[in-house]
Amino acid sequence: MSVLVDKSTRLVVQGITGSAGAFHTRQCMDYGTNVVAGVTPGKGSQMFDGKVPVFDTVWEARQKTGCNASMVFVPAPSAADSILEAVDAEVELVVCITEGIPVMDMMRVKALMRGKKSRLIGPNCPGIITPGACKIGIMPGYIHKPGNIGVISRSGTLTYEAVWQLTSRGYGQSTCIGIGGDPIHGLSHLDCVKLFNEDPGTDAMVLIGEIGGSAEEEAADWIKANCKKPVAAFIAGMTAPPGRRMGHAGAIVSGGKGTAAGKIEALKAAGIAIADTPATIADTLIAQLKARA
Amino acid sequence: MNIHEYQAKELLQRFDVATTRGRVAATLDEAEQIAHELGDVEVVVKAQIHAGGRGKGTFKNGFQGGVHFRKTSTDVREVVAKMLGQILVTHQTGPAGRVVNKVLVAESAEIAREIYFAILLDRTTAAPLIVASTEGGVEIETVAAKSPEKIIHQAVDPLAGLQPFQTRKLAKQLGFESSQLESALKLFEGLYRTFLAFDCSMVEVNPLVVTTSGDVLALDAKFNFDDNALYRHPEIAALRDVAEEDPREVEASKHGLSYIGLDGNIACLVNGAGLAMATMDIIKFYGGDPANFLDVGGGATEEQVTEAFKILIVDKKVKAILVNIFGGIMKCDVIAQGIINAAKTVKLSVPLVVRLEGTNVERGKQLLKESPDMSGLIAADDLADAAQKAVTAAKPK
Repeated sequence: MSVLVDKSTRLVVQGITGSAGAFHTRQCMDYGTNVVAGVTPGKGSQMFDGKVPVFDTVWEARQKTGCNASMVFVPAPSAADSILEAVDAEVELVVCITEGIPVMDMMRVKALMRGKKSRLIGPNCPGIITPGACKIGIMPGYIHKPGNIGVISRSGTLTYEAVWQLTSRGYGQSTCIGIGGDPIHGLSHLDCVKLFNEDPGTDAMVLIGEIGGSAEEEAADWIKANCKKPVAAFIAGMTAPPGRRMGHAGAIVSGGKGTAAGKIEALKAAGIAIADTPATIADTLIAQLKARA
Repeated sequence: MNIHEYQAKELLQRFDVATTRGRVAATLDEAEQIAHELGDVEVVVKAQIHAGGRGKGTFKNGFQGGVHFRKTSTDVREVVAKMLGQILVTHQTGPAGRVVNKVLVAESAEIAREIYFAILLDRTTAAPLIVASTEGGVEIETVAAKSPEKIIHQAVDPLAGLQPFQTRKLAKQLGFESSQLESALKLFEGLYRTFLAFDCSMVEVNPLVVTTSGDVLALDAKFNFDDNALYRHPEIAALRDVAEEDPREVEASKHGLSYIGLDGNIACLVNGAGLAMATMDIIKFYGGDPANFLDVGGGATEEQVTEAFKILIVDKKVKAILVNIFGGIMKCDVIAQGIINAAKTVKLSVPLVVRLEGTNVERGKQLLKESPDMSGLIAADDLADAAQKAVTAAKPK
């Protein structure tokens, strides 16, 4: 079992003919993802690699192929529009990989998505993968292994680190979701925690956060009251100086808010096991599982 | 990206936000001329550097203070002579200080009341948020901690924008008299338009003042811009003053790398912001001190890696280098080749610890092993091992 994506996912790739879009579409197809359509305005009626039809609009792709998930690889200046295009076509899940989208564009996207059916993951994220079934994103497929640990993270490579630790120790993943490092984004840590909590195929969760905002604290509060599954967490940015943006647009400590220490305190108060270092994320969760068994 | 006070003043004036009269000067003649134009008023002369604490700062030539008040244009010229070209040290500049290349010469406002007024993009609600207080002119964090009831919050709908009734309510909450209402509303609206027009993540006016004659002015403004949106604001990008920035950060940004200089002695080269932060954390955990945050990004080229590595090698305080790569899109052999290339041009004089994992890891390790320039390389098996080895290597022998 899994959340959001599985064997029934039918993917459309927005920006399929760009170099990054084309490269990662092939990687996803090699992994086994069912890519049913591509969209690049002006290139409708072409075939991608001789097997995937390309359309001018998501609206047409949705009608002709029944795509139910989208992967957005459109460059930052037009990415917000592309997300809204997929939402308008009622594509259930929109995964935006693009980094560098202006925050005000995302602010408008969020406002316009209110009351719509679509869910957004990202932007500026590695994507989502249900190991062995469906990969939508840029993560290396081979580090994953099917199993029952749910992984939620803001970061890309730090997620790979955690997933690799789990896989190397024989613990597979139900689904791994990279929610993205931007200050305004789609699904939050909490949204994902709720999904995993309801998923019978997920027995435990790894939550990876970083400095900035208060999303980890919100997830912690909810977990404390509602979640019985074991959770282990790591927060990156313990040593980050205040007022400096650490690569991710969202990773900044400002006005004394969003510190790693504050987040760790909130997570601990919710009974979540904290990994002291990024090297012990999997071991921290495994210790939790063994203690409960 | 930060901008100077005089640049902030110019941006505000574009949207009819009332500020004090005055301009920036780069020479004594300009300063005297501006003071002369301002007429028979008290004039304030302010050193233009990015750091705060200017008023209480000291010049390296012994002259006290980066902010001065004078009555005549001759006196203005005299005081500017002690500031231009001199190095000002404040609690924010560090002991090295900053060279003052420009001064702001403006009319000194006779302040009756000081207000705090900021607009920021609130990530929790994904909407603009106005934060204001009648307690202006002081650290707003102190006000928020001591008397939180004095902080006013006004959320703005991201699609509808700031509504006139909201500005009227804000004006009353901030204690403006009926006669001052019109100028206050014009100023609030102007600030909101400025905030939107330049893709700001924050515009902070502290203080916003009411003068003894009842004028409402933005006395000092601080802008935070969204770096992601700079591509559509070339006029804002042009305001960047590289002389105010860490030269290592300037060099890194030329090559599209995300670099932040820190005080430690273990340099790090990592792919991905989250992993880069986590690598700094684990160095600290094992008793070391990171010299920098450096994210080469998800899809860096061999050249970018070479440039990144050069920035680390030439840093004199670096005693060890830790490379931590989890290859996804980024291939380990590309990283390895980039490092080898850098070591060919700049001699590596400190220990190098490398941890590679992920895509093409075997080929990457092989390249490093075979390179004669990499004979002293310390290979690490995992993240904990790598951090421990780097911390040991950086310790004085």
